[in-house]
Amino acid sequence: MNPTLTQVSPAPAGYTATAKVLHWLLALLLFALIGLGFYMHDLPLSPEKLQLYSWHKWAGVSAFLLAAIRLGWRLTHRPPALPASMSAAQRLAAHVGHLGLYVLMLAIPLSGWLMSSAKGFQTVWFGILPLPDLVAKDKALGELLATLHLGLNLALLALLAGHIGASLKHHFIDRDDILTRMLPDRRPQA
Amino acid sequence: MKTTLMATTFAATLAGSLFLAPLAQAVEYTQVQADKSSVQFNYQQMGVKMDGRFRKFSSQLNFDPAKPTAARASFDIELASVDTGSSEADQEVAGKPWFNSAAFPVARFVSTGVKPLGNNRYEVAGKLTIKGKSQDLSFPASFAAQGAGDKGGVVGGVFEGGFTLRRADFSIGEGSWAKFDIVANDVGIKFRIAVQGK
Repeated sequence: MNPTLTQVSPAPAGYTATAKVLHWLLALLLFALIGLGFYMHDLPLSPEKLQLYSWHKWAGVSAFLLAAIRLGWRLTHRPPALPASMSAAQRLAAHVGHLGLYVLMLAIPLSGWLMSSAKGFQTVWFGILPLPDLVAKDKALGELLATLHLGLNLALLALLAGHIGASLKHHFIDRDDILTRMLPDRRPQA
Repeated sequence: MKTTLMATTFAATLAGSLFLAPLAQAVEYTQVQADKSSVQFNYQQMGVKMDGRFRKFSSQLNFDPAKPTAARASFDIELASVDTGSSEADQEVAGKPWFNSAAFPVARFVSTGVKPLGNNRYEVAGKLTIKGKSQDLSFPASFAAQGAGDKGGVVGGVFEGGFTLRRADFSIGEGSWAKFDIVANDVGIKFRIAVQGK
């Protein structure tokens, strides 16, 4: 967090266990959410559809909270350094890509929440905790936010393709530790 | 000057009350103003409060505040005019598992008795028929007169009330919808009926 401190102290050798758990939890959750989102959208109206929508919204709120915790953790825990073999352009691409992933992990659930409110379906987390409707029921706004929700998800899919592709390239072509250092139990945690 | 004004005011008040008093006694509310009336419903869907309304309904009403027990009311709601907020849901709810509005186009309430509770509040009893099933119910309703007597014109008022029905009692939501885990059994009905007297 503190730039002076960050520059002076050496980067840690690996990710914390918390960072790894948050990474993989969100990976699972995001793929489940995206898959469910595309699947449920085309279903005819049925009790199952309403149930899936509720689950999607509950999981989406959970993903937002996990992403917020993860961002907080990232800002207070410096990640291990990138391999020296990476060019300046590659480093920039990595940073921009990761920034984009964080922005989308927060923006997508927000857009879904606003869309739900605009469409007149309040979000009630796990059927218990009602989230306030930040926008009033408004059909046109609901459709606009639905388009935004879809667009942001397509952007996320593109970034994820780049994220996964890059990690595989680092592992199989560059043969560095970029992929393995996010895997569990690589070394005892500090 | 002052005396003249007071005398005039007094005379006007006296004339006014003499003129208005019999009129107020005689008001019977019979003209329902559909554009100022509404029928709304609300329910819970997996813990989420949902609401909607009916676009089309008609009502016949005779209500004399001086003789409330003689009041009569009937209410017809066009079930296909349901507005849930989404056209997909509107079609579903008008369809066979829900209202089956093709076979049962109208939900009807016919009053059987009105009991004054005081303070412009009344207990309305009657029979509600939806989808071929009838049930007796009673619910509280209030009446607020909105007099326009000073203009010598029409006198109006608004009835407001509501009740909770259990959708299963009328087979609303059959088959895969019959369980209450997604759409709750309790449906709140709220109405507002604007009337004019004659």
